[in-house]
Amino acid sequence: MAPDRDIGGTATNRYGMHSPSAPGPAVSAISIQQLYKAYDGLAVVDGVDLEIAPGEFFGLLGPNGAGKTTTLRMLLGMTPIDGGQVEVLGLPMPEGERAVRERLGIVPQFDTLDPDFTVIENMRTYAAYFGLSGPTVEARIDRLLEQVNLNDKRGARIDALSGGMKRRLTLARALINEPEVVVLDEPTTGLDPQARHHLWRQLRQLRASGVTLVLTTHYMEEAEELCDRIAIIDHGRIIACDAPSRLIAEHIEPWVLTVGGADAGQLLERELGPKDRAHQVADTWLVYTAEPERLRERLRALGRESTLREADLEDVFLKLTGHELRD
Amino acid sequence: MPGDHPVLPRPSLRFVAVWRRNLLVWRKLIVPSMLGNFGEPILYLLAFGYGFGSLVGDLDGMRYMVFIASGIICSSAMFTASFEGMYSAYTRMAEQNTWLGMLATPLTLDDIVFAEAVWAATKGLISAITILVVASLLGLVSDARALLALPVIFLAAFTFGALALVITALARSYDFFLYYFTLAVTPMLLLSGVFFPLTELPGWVQGLALALPLAHVLEIVRPLMTGAWPDAWLPHLAVITAYGLGAIVLATWLIRRRLLR
Ligand SMILES: Nc1ncnc2c1ncn2[C@@H]1O[C@H](COP(=O)(O)OP(=O)(O)OP(=O)(O)O)[C@@H](O)[C@H]1O
Ligand SMILES: [Mg+2]
Repeated sequence: MAPDRDIGGTATNRYGMHSPSAPGPAVSAISIQQLYKAYDGLAVVDGVDLEIAPGEFFGLLGPNGAGKTTTLRMLLGMTPIDGGQVEVLGLPMPEGERAVRERLGIVPQFDTLDPDFTVIENMRTYAAYFGLSGPTVEARIDRLLEQVNLNDKRGARIDALSGGMKRRLTLARALINEPEVVVLDEPTTGLDPQARHHLWRQLRQLRASGVTLVLTTHYMEEAEELCDRIAIIDHGRIIACDAPSRLIAEHIEPWVLTVGGADAGQLLERELGPKDRAHQVADTWLVYTAEPERLRERLRALGRESTLREADLEDVFLKLTGHELRD
Repeated sequence: MPGDHPVLPRPSLRFVAVWRRNLLVWRKLIVPSMLGNFGEPILYLLAFGYGFGSLVGDLDGMRYMVFIASGIICSSAMFTASFEGMYSAYTRMAEQNTWLGMLATPLTLDDIVFAEAVWAATKGLISAITILVVASLLGLVSDARALLALPVIFLAAFTFGALALVITALARSYDFFLYYFTLAVTPMLLLSGVFFPLTELPGWVQGLALALPLAHVLEIVRPLMTGAWPDAWLPHLAVITAYGLGAIVLATWLIRRRLLR
């Protein structure tokens, strides 16, 4: 066997394992191979492969029922795996469920706050589930409640909290064990813009402190804003996976022209360039194009105004997953 | 497939955190909870004891009130543990998603179900202790041997709690529990020797009663409370234990199949 050569000269094995200071290639925080899950004979996760690096902010996008929650639940040991391999923090799942969840923070899609307790009691009880108690934990609870702006709600009952407050408490609770990986299933669904931006700031801080984050969301601008890398999943399969900017560059024309009016369809049929694509959404048309100015001029000459914008992640998402409604 | 998971549960000591959670909630509602736990059985004891007592005279060589005190302790532990394992546990499982929340921590389903059974046993024990205190104040308890009945009652309440959790695992609504009460709890209450000696019943009914756990609990607890040593306590203990082990394994398996799919 050839001798190993270390880059940087520190003593470490060549996988950089068990040696946080080692400069070698890091192990994946999450590694999924050929993950498969079926309900009643129907595949809902169908051969998913994913490698998420430590410190990465990873987004999982997909229409309703695409299999996002099911994938996450298998990662966490909360749903039996029907096929494939999952490793989290180097530990195989589901065998490693206890050890893994000890180092993980989980914000589930639906709140599981304990209605029999107040805000502060929820934090303490949840800490106890991790075997954590004492002054260090009390200080941590104070800090977390401060961070999510719930300090003046410490004694409030859970049913007296608004939806946004519950979401924030769920996040604070998920951070009680200072997790290395935080998994968030639609953390901002139902939040107002202020609350959403507040949460984004917190997630960015976590990212900056080296925590690995995995997020699902239906808000494309949220994924674009936060994530280093995004996988788009549909019918249980990953159909694209890359940095948001590269997904846009690779999968869609750079410009979108919006044209309204009853006869827009007929107009476009005549005026569309050979490489342009047009798509009807309700009573307006979206034209995806690399050369918007030519078409815009033509339309203007016919007395028709159109609005121009840059293509974004939502356009990619709709192109890849189709425009029709899911259940 | 849920079958991939080992069938035998492997709870860890972490279950104590779940047990403590239930204790903390119970402490908040201690007054109404204790009243229900304790008021009703005491009423039974006094009403039956004084009401029937004068008509019945002595039973098995003891005052009827003394006879029935040990019966009420056992049936009350059974009822308390069964209620906790059904109505309360079902609320935590299906209505409040408390267990799902716990599953996001190092706790496993094995820990949670085991903790719920131990908690049901704890509540059964609490109700037994309160009644024991009242019974001894009324002079219905013979000697300190009665204290030895408490560990037996704790084990029995664990068994009734675990059996209730099996029913909870299968329930789709609270109404479902009525079946279990009608088909199992009430027959046990009436046929196991709580209100009158088992030997008064036809042979086949005795056989039926002895196929269920409560009669065996009474075979051990009644002598201990009335100043005697139970004879052949080991087979009785074995039946109670076997029911308890079987029920906790089945309950864990069923709840895993229900929640983690
Ligand atoms: N316990 C279950 N039993 C049967 N089918 C299930 C179960 N859980 C999920 N499914 C099905 O699996 C598919 C994937 O569901 P999943 O919750 O993973 O979707 P999702 O991508 O998270 O969707 P959403 O965006 O709506 O949250 C859906 O068709 C759903 O109906
Ligand atoms: Mg989901």
